[in-house]
Amino acid sequence: MPEIKVTPLGAGQDVGRSCILVSIGGKNIMLDCGMHMGFNDDRRFPDFSYITQNGRLTEFLDCVIISHFHLDHCGALPYMSEMVGYDGPIYMTHPTKAICPILLEDFRKITVDKKGETNFFTSQMIKDCMKKVVPLNLHQTVQVDEELEIKAYYAGHVLGAAMVQIKVGSESVVYTGDYNMTPDRHLGAAWIDKCRPDLLISESTYATTIRDSKRCRERDFLKKVHETVERGGKVLIPVFALGRAQELCILLETFWERMNLKAPIYFSTGMTEKANHYYKLFITWTNQKIRKTFVQRNMFEFKHIKPFDRSYADNPGPMVVFATPGMLHAGQSLQIFKKWAGNEKNMVIMPGYCVQGTIGHKILNGQRKLELEGRSTLEVKLQVEYMSFSAHADAKGIMQLIRMAEPRNMLLVHGEAVKMEFLKGKIEQEFSNIVLTINLKHTFLTYYLEKGTLPDPKKPRTMHGTLIMKENSLRLVSPEQAMKELGLSEHHLRFTCRVQLQDPHSDADTLHRIYMHLKSVLKGYTTQHLPDSMSVMVESIVVKVSSSTEDPNTKVLLLSWSYQDEDLGSFLSTLLKKGLPSVLC
Amino acid sequence: MKLYCLSGHPTLPCNVLKFKSTTIMLDCGLDTTSVLNFLPLPLVHSPRLSKLPGWVSKDGSINLEKELKECGGRVFVDSQPELCLPERELMDLSTIDVILISNYHCMMALPYITEHSGFTGAVYATEPTLQIGRLLMEELVNHMERVPKAQTATCWKNKEIQRLLPGPLKDVAEVWAWKRCYTIQEVNSALSKVQLVGYSQKVVRVLHQELFGAVQVSPLSSGYSLGSSNWIIQSHYEKVSYMSGSSLLTTHPQPMDQSSLKNSDILILTGLTQMPTANPDGMLGEFCSNLAMTIRAGGNVLVPCYSSGVIYDLLECLYQFIDSANLGSTPFYFISPIANSSLEFSQIFAEWLCHNKQSKVYLPEPPFPHAELIQTNKLKHYPSIHGDFSSEFRQPCVVFTGHPSLRFGDVVHFMELWGRSSLNTIIFTEPDFSYLDALAPYQPLAMKCVYCPIDTRLNFHQVSKLLKEIQPLHVVCPEQYTQPPPAQSHRSDLMLELPAPPLPYRRCSVLSLPFRRRYERIHLLPELAKSLVPSEVKPGVSVATVSGMLQSKDNKHTLMSVPRPPPAAPTKKRKRVAEEPPELLAPKPLLSGAVPLDGFLATLHKHGVSEVKVEETADGHILHLQAEDALIQMEAHATHIVCDNNEPMRTTLRDLVLRFLQKL
Repeated sequence: MPEIKVTPLGAGQDVGRSCILVSIGGKNIMLDCGMHMGFNDDRRFPDFSYITQNGRLTEFLDCVIISHFHLDHCGALPYMSEMVGYDGPIYMTHPTKAICPILLEDFRKITVDKKGETNFFTSQMIKDCMKKVVPLNLHQTVQVDEELEIKAYYAGHVLGAAMVQIKVGSESVVYTGDYNMTPDRHLGAAWIDKCRPDLLISESTYATTIRDSKRCRERDFLKKVHETVERGGKVLIPVFALGRAQELCILLETFWERMNLKAPIYFSTGMTEKANHYYKLFITWTNQKIRKTFVQRNMFEFKHIKPFDRSYADNPGPMVVFATPGMLHAGQSLQIFKKWAGNEKNMVIMPGYCVQGTIGHKILNGQRKLELEGRSTLEVKLQVEYMSFSAHADAKGIMQLIRMAEPRNMLLVHGEAVKMEFLKGKIEQEFSNIVLTINLKHTFLTYYLEKGTLPDPKKPRTMHGTLIMKENSLRLVSPEQAMKELGLSEHHLRFTCRVQLQDPHSDADTLHRIYMHLKSVLKGYTTQHLPDSMSVMVESIVVKVSSSTEDPNTKVLLLSWSYQDEDLGSFLSTLLKKGLPSVLC
Repeated sequence: MKLYCLSGHPTLPCNVLKFKSTTIMLDCGLDTTSVLNFLPLPLVHSPRLSKLPGWVSKDGSINLEKELKECGGRVFVDSQPELCLPERELMDLSTIDVILISNYHCMMALPYITEHSGFTGAVYATEPTLQIGRLLMEELVNHMERVPKAQTATCWKNKEIQRLLPGPLKDVAEVWAWKRCYTIQEVNSALSKVQLVGYSQKVVRVLHQELFGAVQVSPLSSGYSLGSSNWIIQSHYEKVSYMSGSSLLTTHPQPMDQSSLKNSDILILTGLTQMPTANPDGMLGEFCSNLAMTIRAGGNVLVPCYSSGVIYDLLECLYQFIDSANLGSTPFYFISPIANSSLEFSQIFAEWLCHNKQSKVYLPEPPFPHAELIQTNKLKHYPSIHGDFSSEFRQPCVVFTGHPSLRFGDVVHFMELWGRSSLNTIIFTEPDFSYLDALAPYQPLAMKCVYCPIDTRLNFHQVSKLLKEIQPLHVVCPEQYTQPPPAQSHRSDLMLELPAPPLPYRRCSVLSLPFRRRYERIHLLPELAKSLVPSEVKPGVSVATVSGMLQSKDNKHTLMSVPRPPPAAPTKKRKRVAEEPPELLAPKPLLSGAVPLDGFLATLHKHGVSEVKVEETADGHILHLQAEDALIQMEAHATHIVCDNNEPMRTTLRDLVLRFLQKL
C-alpha cells in the first residue's frame, strides 16, 4: 500500500536546521539542509545518521532540494555532501545557486578563522558541493529520473526563494520552504497553482499569529529612525547582507527622497555592494513594480546610500548605518555597536530574529551591561528597538496558500510529534484507495461513445470489454479484439429449443399473437415481425412458428439463440412455454 | 486532427492545430517583406524622395501619380508601409483557445489576431519572448507613427489595375491582407493576454474553471534566441511537436533541447535557415574585416539590424575584436527607441542563457560584455537621431540601427546621409530581406554594400541529422522545404529529404493530419478493479472480463461498477422474477477452444447421460441423446444444442459444454 512518509531530520520546534526527508512512491528526497545558528556542537547539523546507519546517502537519496539561501536552510549542505558524502543531484534556483556559496563561505570564515574551530568544511568543499548543484527555473518541470519530477514556484521571502512540488506518478507533495504571501517593496507574493497535492508541507514560523499591517511596522521604523536622526543621534541597523537589508534600504531611500533628508546613510562594505549587484542581475525575481521600471531606474542603485568606511563611525553628527552581521555576534556591526553604545542619543534597531547567546539576543532581553572579551564590560545606554521585518507567511497567509493549492492533507513543520503521528495516520488512510490507470483501445471507446450518443451523451453507459494484462501494461479492448490478439478462434455455442403451444388460430395469426405478446412484455428490446419467414425476432433471437403435423391447433415454436444471448433466450423459452394470454393488448 | 495554415512565410509561420477539443494557434508571424514595395519614410524632409516622378501607364489610360512613384526603374507605393497579415478568413479566430509563441520574431502579428476578432483565449510565451517581443512591437509602432503619412494608397490594389502595373508590384499576392501597423493600445491589450511559461513547464489549459486535462503543452528550449522555444502538444497517447526557429550553434541562448522531441507522431517543422549556403561564423568574420577596413579608410559603417537578437552576438564579437583591430577610439552607436531597454533586458535573463553566460552572473557579473562597452563609452545608445545624438555624433563611426528593410526607422536617415560617398559601407546582417530590394529606392548609390547575412537557424544538413535522431512518424513543413530554392534548382541538398515524404503546406492549406489514435487513458475505480477475476491464458498474459459504467467528461474517462438496482420488496419479487425480462446487462463472454469428443462423452456419462448415439458428419459429430430426446452438433469451432423445452436439462448440457471452453 503506498504511503508518503515525512521524517524531519532537523530540530523539532525551533527555527533552524531545516531538513526534511520525504519518501514518496519509493523515492527519497531531502528538502533543505540547514544548520542551527545557536549551537556549536553536533546539534548544529541535522542528524544524518538516521540514513547513514543503513548505508551511504547517495544510495538512499534520489535528490536534495534547497528552497532558499538562508543558512538555516542550506548551511549544512557542504557538510552533508562532502563530509558525510552525497554525490547525487542538488536542486536550487539560479539566485540561490549564486548567493548560497557566498553565505556558506562567510559562515565558514566566522566559524573557522575567527572562532578557530576545526573539523569544519573547507572552501574547497563548498566549491565541490556547488558543482553538484543543478539550477531550477520557475515552473520548469524537471525530470529527476523516469518517475520523479519536481517543479519550483515563486515563494517571495528572499531573492530566489522557491516552493517545490514533488511528484511521483499520481502522488505529489508540495514543500513551501519559507514564504511570504504579501508582496513587499522588492519581492512579489508567493504563488502556486491549484495543483491539489496529496500533502502540503508548510513552514509555520508565524502560524499562530496574524501580524499587524506591514505598513504600520514600516511607519514605526521610519518614525524611530527619523526622530533619532533629527536629534543628532546615530542609528545602527545590524543586518545580514542579503534579504531584509535590501528591503530596508529601499524603504529608507524612498523616505529620504520624499522628506529631502540630508543625514548620510551608509552600508557597511564587503558583501553588500556585491549583494546589490545580484539583485540587479536577478531582477526578474523581484516584484512587478521593480521589474517594470528597472530600465529607467534600477531600484538597487541607491542614491542616498553610500559605502561605509571604518573611520566614519567617529564622525560627528547624525547618520544611519547598515552593518553586518545581523545578530551582533561578530564583525563590523559589533565594532560599531561598541563605539556607539555609550550614548543615549543613539539607537540600534534589530530587524530580525536573534539566536540565544549572541549580543543581539542579550540586549533585546533588556541586558544593559555586557561582558566583553578581556573582562571589560560595556554599558548599553543607547536605545534598543526590535522590529520584525522577516518575510514569513502568517496564519492568514498560510490559509491563503491552502486555498490556492487545495491540498488533501497539510503538514506544518515544526509541529509536535503527536500531531505529526496523527497526520501520518491520516495520510495512510487516505491512500488505501488507488485508482488504476489503464489504456483503453480508442476504437473501442468511440464505439461506446457513439452508440450512446442518444439521447443524453453525458449519461454513463455500460461498457463490456476484456482487460489484457501483459508485461506490466493493462489494456482494455473489445472481446473480439482480445481473441484476435491472443490468437484464439471463437467457439460458437448455439441453442435451439422446441416449444409446443396450444393456439387454435392460423399459423399467421399465431405468429402475430406471439409478436404482440413479446412486444408488450419486452419493452426496450427490438422485436420484429417477419411474416415471410414465419418468424419473430427479438434482438438476434429467432422464434419460428409451424403447425404440428398431427394437430393444427398445436403449434411448434423453434427458438434459436447463441450463447451471448443466453439470458434472453432462456427467459423467452420459459415465457412462451406458459402459453399466450387470451386477451392481448 | 486538422492543421489550418494561415501564413505562407516559412520562417514567420502562423498555423492552427485542432487537437481533440482544443484549438491551438502556433505562432503568429507578421510578414514584413511587403514593406519593400513602399517608399522609405524619411525622418527629415528628403528633396530627392519628394521629387520622384509619379507613375502613369504607357498609354496614359491609368494615372496613379499620387499613389505610385518611380525610382531607378522601379515603382514604389507612396503610402504608410503596410504589413502582410496572416489569413483571417480561413477559420473563425474567436474559437482559438490558446496561442503558443515560439520566439519574439514570430509574435509580431499578435494584435491583429487577438484584437477585434472575438478572441477570448490565452497566449503562452516565455518571459524573454514577451519582454523583447513587446519592445520590438513598441519600436515598430514608434517607427511608423513618428512619420505619419497623410494618404493611404488603395487604388493600385484594385485587381484590374494591379495586373497592369509593372513588376514586382504586379505579382505581389494577397494585397488585400496588407494592413497598416497596429497602435500601442492594441499592443498593450494583446500582450495583457500573455501568460508566462517556463521551459519544460507542463501547461494544462484551464477553461471555464474546468481542466481540459487531455491536452498538455510545454515549451522546450530551441537555442535560437533569448527565451525561444519549440512546443510539445500532447495527450496521454499522442504527441505533436512544433519546431520553429531552432539553432544548434553556440551563441547566447540556452542550447536546444532535442531529446524531448523524440517519439512524436507529428512534427510540424518551420523556421529553418533562410541562408542555407551562408556559414554564420564566416559571415561574422567578414562582417568584422569589412567594418575595420572601412573605418581605417575614414568611412562610416551602417549596420541595419533588429534591436534584439544577433546584435548581441555582433557586439560581443566586436568586444573581442576592437582592440586587436585598433578600433579603440571609434565610436559605436546603437540608435533605436528601444536600444537602452534591449541592452538592459539582455542582462537580466540569466536563466535563459547558455551555460557560460549563466555562470557569469554567479560572480556576479553581467552576462553580456556590451555592459563593459557601455561603461567604457565605446558603445553609446540613443533613442533616435534627434536630441543628444546630433550633438555627440562623431565620424567616422559605426551605427547599428533599424529597420533592416531600410523603409522606416533611423536607418533611412543614414542612407540619405552616407549613400553618396564611396568611403562608407552598409553591411547587411539580417537575412529577412533581399539586400538588392532593400536598396532599390536609394539607387543610384555610391556607398559600398556588403552582404553578410547571419542566420543561425538549422540548415538542411542539421535538420536531417536531427530528424534521424528524433524519428517523428510524420513531418509537416512549408512547401518551400520540399524543393530546392528556385535560384538554385540543381541543389538537391537544399531541401528536406526524408524516407517518408513530408506533408507540404502553403498559405490557406487545410491539412488532415495522418493520425492514428490508438489508445485513451481510462480510470478504473477501485471497487470495480477489486471485482475483476484475471485468468492466465498464456504464460505472462492474463485476461479478465470487465463490465462497468463508462463516464466520459472533458476527455477524461472513468469506468466504475454498475450500480445494483435497489432490491424490490420480497413479496412481489417472487412473482415478478419470471415476468420481468432480463435487463440489458453484461452479455455473455466470448468462447474459444474446442470440445473434445471423448472427454465430453465421459463427462456426459458421469452426469447420468449414458444413451448416446454418435454419428459422424463431414465437419464433426452429432450426438443423439436418446433418453433426453436431445441432439448435440459438435464441430471444431461450433456447438449446437437442440432440445425440447426442458430448461433444467438444457442448462445442464450447456454447463457441461462450457467446462471445455475458454471464456473471454
